[in-house]
Amino acid sequence: MFTMVRFPVAAAFGHGPSSTAWPMSYLTTAGPRADPVTALVWGLILLSIAVSFLIAVLVVWGVLVRRVPGSDEGVASMAVSRPAGGLKWIWIGLVPTVGALVVALIWTIYAIRAVDSPGQSPALTIEVTGHQWWWELRYPGSSPNANFTSANEIHIPVGEPVLIELKAADVIHSFWIPALGGKTDAIPGRTNLTWIQADRPGVYRGQCGEFCGLQHAHMALVVVADPPEAFEAWRQAQLRPAPQAHDTVRAGQALFDAHCGACHTVSGTAAGGIVGPDLTHVMSRSTLAAGMLRNTRAARLGWISNPQALKPGARMPATDLSARELAGVESYLETLR
Amino acid sequence: MSRPGATRPDQAGKEATWEGARDPRIVDATAEFPGPRLKRIWETKPGLLGWFATVDHKEIGKRYIVTAFLMLIAGGLEALAIRLQLSRADQHLLTPEQYNQLFTMHGVTMIFLYASPVLSGFSNFLWPLLLGSRDMAFPRLNALSYWIYLAAGVFLYAGFVVGLGPDDGWFNYVPYASKTFNPGVNIDIYALGLILLGISTTVGSANFVVSFLRTRAPGMSINRVPILTWGTLTASAANLLAVPSVSLAFFLLWMDRQFDTHFFDASQGQPLLWQHLFWMFGHPWVYAIVLPAMGMVSDALPTFCRRPLVGYTPVALSTVATMALGFGVWVHHMFATGLPTVALSFFSGASLIITIPSAVAVFAWTATIWTGRPVIRTPFLFFASMIVLFVIGGVSGVMTGSVPVDWQLTDTYFVVAHIHYVLIGINVFPVIGAAYYWFPKFTGRMLNEKLGQWNFWTMFVGFNLGFFPMHLLGLLGMPRRIYAYSAGMGWETTNLIVTLGAFLFAFGVLLFLINVAWSLRRGPAAANDPWGGATLEWAVASPPPVYNFAVIPQVVSRHPLWEDSLAEGEARSSLTRGLLLDRGRETIGTTPLDGQPNLILEMPGDSLSPVILAAGLSLVFAAALGHAWWLTGLGVLICVAALITWFWPRRVHGDVPRESAHG
Repeated sequence: MFTMVRFPVAAAFGHGPSSTAWPMSYLTTAGPRADPVTALVWGLILLSIAVSFLIAVLVVWGVLVRRVPGSDEGVASMAVSRPAGGLKWIWIGLVPTVGALVVALIWTIYAIRAVDSPGQSPALTIEVTGHQWWWELRYPGSSPNANFTSANEIHIPVGEPVLIELKAADVIHSFWIPALGGKTDAIPGRTNLTWIQADRPGVYRGQCGEFCGLQHAHMALVVVADPPEAFEAWRQAQLRPAPQAHDTVRAGQALFDAHCGACHTVSGTAAGGIVGPDLTHVMSRSTLAAGMLRNTRAARLGWISNPQALKPGARMPATDLSARELAGVESYLETLR
Repeated sequence: MSRPGATRPDQAGKEATWEGARDPRIVDATAEFPGPRLKRIWETKPGLLGWFATVDHKEIGKRYIVTAFLMLIAGGLEALAIRLQLSRADQHLLTPEQYNQLFTMHGVTMIFLYASPVLSGFSNFLWPLLLGSRDMAFPRLNALSYWIYLAAGVFLYAGFVVGLGPDDGWFNYVPYASKTFNPGVNIDIYALGLILLGISTTVGSANFVVSFLRTRAPGMSINRVPILTWGTLTASAANLLAVPSVSLAFFLLWMDRQFDTHFFDASQGQPLLWQHLFWMFGHPWVYAIVLPAMGMVSDALPTFCRRPLVGYTPVALSTVATMALGFGVWVHHMFATGLPTVALSFFSGASLIITIPSAVAVFAWTATIWTGRPVIRTPFLFFASMIVLFVIGGVSGVMTGSVPVDWQLTDTYFVVAHIHYVLIGINVFPVIGAAYYWFPKFTGRMLNEKLGQWNFWTMFVGFNLGFFPMHLLGLLGMPRRIYAYSAGMGWETTNLIVTLGAFLFAFGVLLFLINVAWSLRRGPAAANDPWGGATLEWAVASPPPVYNFAVIPQVVSRHPLWEDSLAEGEARSSLTRGLLLDRGRETIGTTPLDGQPNLILEMPGDSLSPVILAAGLSLVFAAALGHAWWLTGLGVLICVAALITWFWPRRVHGDVPRESAHG
């Protein structure tokens, strides 16, 4: 019950979802794609509570007022009659019902219009592709060498609308960052468009919103809204290919290329697979396995040695590396900043 | 030539052309006549063959209800396993695959194998008794409908018990349901099982529609039927239009999976086509599984308020209106799929407007309480609480009907809360209430009242404790259909409360089962009319004789048993004096609107054809599952043989040949 009682207070005074105890809540939101809808959510919640409460009171009150005490046992012998005045309940009840529905419909259409497209032209476009069970991100640039690819952690400049082009590589997924807006499905064979905008810097969590198989539960992503300079610095860093491997990790790189390179790309190296997430800058990301694990050394070692133990059904197979080889691969990954 | 019923005072000026082979006499029923004679005519032969061959609507109705409750128990146990898994963060009680099969089978079971069949069961048992008839219009079709339902239930569960149950949720979206991503037999079982079940639903619905139109007692014009029959009629008409959509969808999916067609794949087909076909069926279906239950409340709540229902006509019309509008809202399941916002606005509007007929029913029930004299007995508690649960499920439905709000709400626990307030609130609560109300008619014994009240309060508190907090989980962003969540999401406490509530609710259902088991043996004997009801079923013995009515009743109002008490006119319905139909299994056929008798319906006797046909059909489907085409052929031959014996010409009962009657 503690959760429920504490909730409205925190929701009213919280500063963006990243600072609340409910990172997936949309009762407070942080951008113009979400805020007009949030107002409507609250409006309809309050209306719903009022209507439910009113009818509950009417039913209970009616039973208490109209009941003849002690008559319950003799129901079959109680006289039947048809007192007048019942029908007006229906007409009187329908007037506010229709009124509330008309208001809800107009507000709904207003909210659709308000969030349909951003007020200014988008600062950038990101191609987001849902995979079982992770998110591929492509940041197209003005020229081919200005493109880069990442996974599961979207960086955007704060205060600017960002267009999202949604695709799906296998089954239907749904792109959903609650604090920045509602869901848009990623459907194979289609490209759906949506947009997000964060008005405050912060980390906004999202999760796949359409059942997509065994690991639907572990298909999270985050949006990191950075101030413009920080975003630009991040973008420049992502554009750089991986650094030349240092001698100390060259053995690890060879193992990586042999065991992992068929599925993962590390730009500027022999590893060029496109089945799994691009790992060129894996160390710049805060999580592994689509938001499931914090990106620590222990997590990396555990994940590489046996992903199936952590995320049963995931497309990444267990590797047969020795502990020493595993450590070598991990050391190599640590250089991919 | 006299036309039975045509000269009754209230029907003056309206005449139906008598098409019967003879004019039946009007007689007074006594203990000696014609009851014993009718018993000999209608009774099912004892023994196993008789058990398989019976076409008695009461027997079939009871089988439907018992089977549906077994399904409710199975679906409930699946839900408890799900709730244990979700009671804490990062639990490992179930593997993801087990979890996915469990939540899928839970949905399939509750929606397809419990919610609709249980209402078919009540309607099958009650309809002829409510309408003053001796059986449904097509008794053998009725038996067939039950046997196929049973076969489809076994079919769907056969995969699950060996770990090969469907695992893509009850709405089974492609491409995850395609062979590429779901190669096992799991989805094929679901596809073929649901097509098989669709046959049962279709023949059952056709039977209800014809029974409504042609088998009402003389004088029971269309504005005098109980609301339950309006509910089942509209649900049945909707099923006839909606089921082809889902049967087609599953057939095309099966073709895609087995014969490499491309209806739904992304390269040459269209994954969204599945969603349209499924929800064009799915949303009308949701109304089909609540409207008959709302009808139960409309009929039975007034008994406990000692007055007729307020607003019979608006409630009947709103039942039909809900169903008609129900065909125009399916896209509200697809608001996030990227369809144009103009189209979404239309479906949003329709989804809000559909609230209006529901509001009519809510205000009618509330007014019935306020202008009546409510009596607190167990059925009343279930029916009155249903009003409140219905409103909660209704307003959360309005929220999901608003497009931009739904973009946040869809596929979260808010929707899980909504669907359970709708399906438990508007189906399970009325059904349990109806079980308390009609149990004496079914069995001749009363359920225990004290245990009944414990039963109600446990279920009511458990339900709200278990499902109301799910709204909050949804607003806090918990997606549905996840087998695990991590501790940092802030969902733990609420999930634990939900699990506790679910177990309390399950305990409440267990109390009901205990009450049934106890009362079947020890319950006090029930009178014909233990609640002082208004409708025809209370005029016959508890349980009713096999032929229902010794003579066909003549009806002059909506409340045949309350006419003396209400004293609203001179005319009285005639319950013990009426048409004598005793030359075989016969009942009266009446005109669709006015209920004017115009022919004698000769009813078929018991037959093994329906159960054999159902077995043949099951073989066709089971063999198709394994591509054993010669067995499919054998199944077809069995079906043909069953149909030949089914339609083999029968001797007519009437002693006057039709030709000479007209000559």
